[in-house]
Amino acid sequence: MIRTSAPVEAPAAGAWEESVTAALLGTDRRTPPGGTPGREAPVALLDTAAVQTLRRRAGLRPGRAAERPQPAAPDPRPALPEAAARRLSVLLADRPGPAGGGRRGTAPDLMELLPQWLAAANAHGYAAPPEALPALLDAARGRTDLRPAALAFAGPRALWLARLNPEWRFALRAAPGGGSALPGPDDAERIRRLWEEGLFAERVALLAALRERRPAAGRELLAATWATERAEDRLMFLDSLRTGLGPDDEPFLEQALADRSRNVRATAAELLSALPGSALAARMADRAAACVAVDHMRGTPTIAVEAPHECDANMERDGVVPKAPAGRGERSWWLGQLLEAAPLGTWSARLGGRTPQDIVALPVADDWQGELHAAWCRAAVRQRDAQWARALLGAPAAPGAGGPGAVSLAERARLLGTLDAAERADWVAGFIAAHGLSEAFQLLGVCAVPWAAPLGRAVVDALNIARDAGSYPWSFSGVMGLAERCLDPAEANRLDGLLAVPDEAEDASPGAGGYWAEAFQRLVTTLRLRHAMAEELADRAG
Amino acid sequence: MTQQGVRWGADQVLALAPDDASRKAGSKLGVAGPWSQAGSSDEGTVWGLCKGSGSRPYQTVVDIADAAGPAYKCSCPSRKFPCKHALGLLLLWAAGEDAVPPGSVPDWAEQWTAGRRRRAAETRAAGASGAGSGAADPEAARRRAERRAERITAGATELEQRLADLLRGGLAAAEQAGYGLWEETAARMVDAQAPGLAARVRELGAIPSSGPGWPVRLLEECALLHLLDQGWLRRERLPESLAATVRSRVGLPGSADGPPVRDRWLVLAQYDTADAKLTTRRIWLHGADSGRTVLLLSYGAAGRAPELALPVGLALDAEVAAYPGAGQLRAALGERFAAPEPTRIRPPGVTTAQAAARYGEALRDDPWLESVPVTLEEVIPVPDGDTWQLADAVSDSALPLTPPALGRPGLWRLVALSGGAPLTVFGECGHRGFTPLTAWPRTEGPAVALC
Repeated sequence: MIRTSAPVEAPAAGAWEESVTAALLGTDRRTPPGGTPGREAPVALLDTAAVQTLRRRAGLRPGRAAERPQPAAPDPRPALPEAAARRLSVLLADRPGPAGGGRRGTAPDLMELLPQWLAAANAHGYAAPPEALPALLDAARGRTDLRPAALAFAGPRALWLARLNPEWRFALRAAPGGGSALPGPDDAERIRRLWEEGLFAERVALLAALRERRPAAGRELLAATWATERAEDRLMFLDSLRTGLGPDDEPFLEQALADRSRNVRATAAELLSALPGSALAARMADRAAACVAVDHMRGTPTIAVEAPHECDANMERDGVVPKAPAGRGERSWWLGQLLEAAPLGTWSARLGGRTPQDIVALPVADDWQGELHAAWCRAAVRQRDAQWARALLGAPAAPGAGGPGAVSLAERARLLGTLDAAERADWVAGFIAAHGLSEAFQLLGVCAVPWAAPLGRAVVDALNIARDAGSYPWSFSGVMGLAERCLDPAEANRLDGLLAVPDEAEDASPGAGGYWAEAFQRLVTTLRLRHAMAEELADRAG
Repeated sequence: MTQQGVRWGADQVLALAPDDASRKAGSKLGVAGPWSQAGSSDEGTVWGLCKGSGSRPYQTVVDIADAAGPAYKCSCPSRKFPCKHALGLLLLWAAGEDAVPPGSVPDWAEQWTAGRRRRAAETRAAGASGAGSGAADPEAARRRAERRAERITAGATELEQRLADLLRGGLAAAEQAGYGLWEETAARMVDAQAPGLAARVRELGAIPSSGPGWPVRLLEECALLHLLDQGWLRRERLPESLAATVRSRVGLPGSADGPPVRDRWLVLAQYDTADAKLTTRRIWLHGADSGRTVLLLSYGAAGRAPELALPVGLALDAEVAAYPGAGQLRAALGERFAAPEPTRIRPPGVTTAQAAARYGEALRDDPWLESVPVTLEEVIPVPDGDTWQLADAVSDSALPLTPPALGRPGLWRLVALSGGAPLTVFGECGHRGFTPLTAWPRTEGPAVALC
């Protein structure tokens, strides 16, 4: 607290304390000091106390300064354009209410736009306005999905703040090294020291960062201390080799196949199988090829499958897990693992020079089709083989594509991930055009944002069809929400025709037209808002 | 009076919101979607049609040109004022010309603004011509004032008796007596038409439960209340300006009859405090030329924002007139000559030691003063155990922040803005410490409201 200076003419320092004691006990029990003749004791005490109070207040001096915090590291990024800074404060002010019930109405969901705004601001490389940092940290605290982008945007000052406020500790955990910058890839001395002395999280972050830029250096760093690491740590470190994985990593991974820990062995095998040129991949290819062949004895060429009869020690060493999960036959379990790890490139030669499309189209004997195709799907995803992914996905409009087929929606979504963005969008657009929106949510989730024009149109057309069919819009709220966030804002004008409340059709659900108009209004409003946000960040606003 | 160009900022608009819910609802409407036929005129009218849940859109008009603050009209049934549509429209307007282009006022909006401005002009004319009409019967007014003074005197005498009884029995006994005793005494002071005394008595009741050191605080406040009673009972013997201070502290209404001072008034801070019945808004202004700092008070019924709203960091060309009383900073806003505009003016600042000294000096004029408005220059927010200080950048002294300031989100905005570097902070400096209200970064940068 502020300390009181002692005025020179003040009575003894204890006078005030004596007054307080007298007041606390009462003047009947304790006679106050001083005392004016002719006045009752309590009144005289109040007189004295008033003078003392004012003297104490008037004599207040500042206290001694506590130790000052180290200043925050400077943020060299340029400041946000003014309009964008205002937008940020509006987005941050829109906290979701408790339980957030109720109809959504026509107003956009601002909180849902924050991730996009942050991504765009980070792409422009702006610095966050300092006064917005508390709200930004609060938002990131409540939503873990926001954290990486929010913390990147918040910059060094947010970490400085987080050290002062326990509520924002998460920012220090999320940021490697508690905010101290990682050494550059050329700073060999600091890298070595951080690797040898750093905390586990710092070391993981260091390895990941190195693998991004110089995969070999990262691997060498890990190899140097590999023998002394604990099993759990080895597993995490090995997993970070996934970044920048290349043929040079093979010797190290081969050696990890002999690791004491089974999880480490399995991860090493998985990484090796993603390298089609590796010795492990070749061994797996041999094993898998022994199980699958084209049977020309039947009328049409058919794939015959002969699952392995045992899981020998060599297979186990190459990462095959011998024990099948409950409810699965162990032979099909082993087969699945062999197929998944075998390079897809071997099948064309093995199966009569056929293309992936032809191979997938071949009939499969004895109900093995599901097992076989599912394993190839996993292999295509692991090896990021677009040609096989395309073959396994099939034509988007194919009748089987809408229902449960050999390839589930989740697998399709993963296969789509191996295609480039435009092809992915085209495939999903074709799927929606043929099968509608009811199965599309998961597939839309893997498409690049903003959606390519054909995809966006397919979604809007499908929504329009759903409306005309007379259902309620909340059956499509998931897709609607995605569309608000992912449709290209340039599409907003094409939606104007959908905003009107249509005449109610006889077979339509009561009031559905009005709700659809409201949903479309929210869609258009959100698109306009996103357009405005992008313009503000590009500093082209009004 | 035209106001081309100066569109407000979003913060400025949101400061008009009567409560948090309206602020949020207004933000959601601050986008182009629900609006149609929106526009703004050079005369300061903003209008638009907002699609609501009904079949007909709401007609919303805001007149921002009025020197007495923006006026709103909306066909929605909301009793909030301004309603969320008016806030949304202003936000949209603040965001730029795309959504609210300049244009000519449509008939439905023009009717209302024209009517409003005509009425305002009539009131002004009437005010100018018939200033004396209020005091129709000076003799009756004098008798009323005398009767009230007698009742206050009776109240103050009774209060003196109660304080003496309290001190005779001891404050420790008062702790056990609890809050009821004070409530009853406060009610007696309301009956005595001394609301200033009643408020102080009510605050006494809260002190025994306010944590360690309460006997000191209770004795201080009792002594100052005693001082006020004594001041009232002997007001004839006080210098006129101190007597005026006593009258205003006791709760007699004054009128802002000081000479009007025209200046470029920088809006330093605006914040609301609310109790069950009343929302009180305090606005601190700093005169760029006169160097004076004045306080504007405005009131709203519970749940409604006081009408006067001035955005922090802007400056307005206006006249203010002071209320009477020594050491009283309260003033009334008179004529405004232009709408608030962005400014680069910053109030000149002092060191922490000078700030503390300024409070001490101000007590000479008004011993009941809780704090004085001060701008600190080159200070750094510094954590000090569980609390925070504002420390001088160069010297070794620091002012602690007041307990209420520690719990507000503004504290973290202040700390974030500083980043460990010195900045300029305006706030209230008193015997409990410093309450930061507004901060400016050390280099370029607009004011950041902390309250």
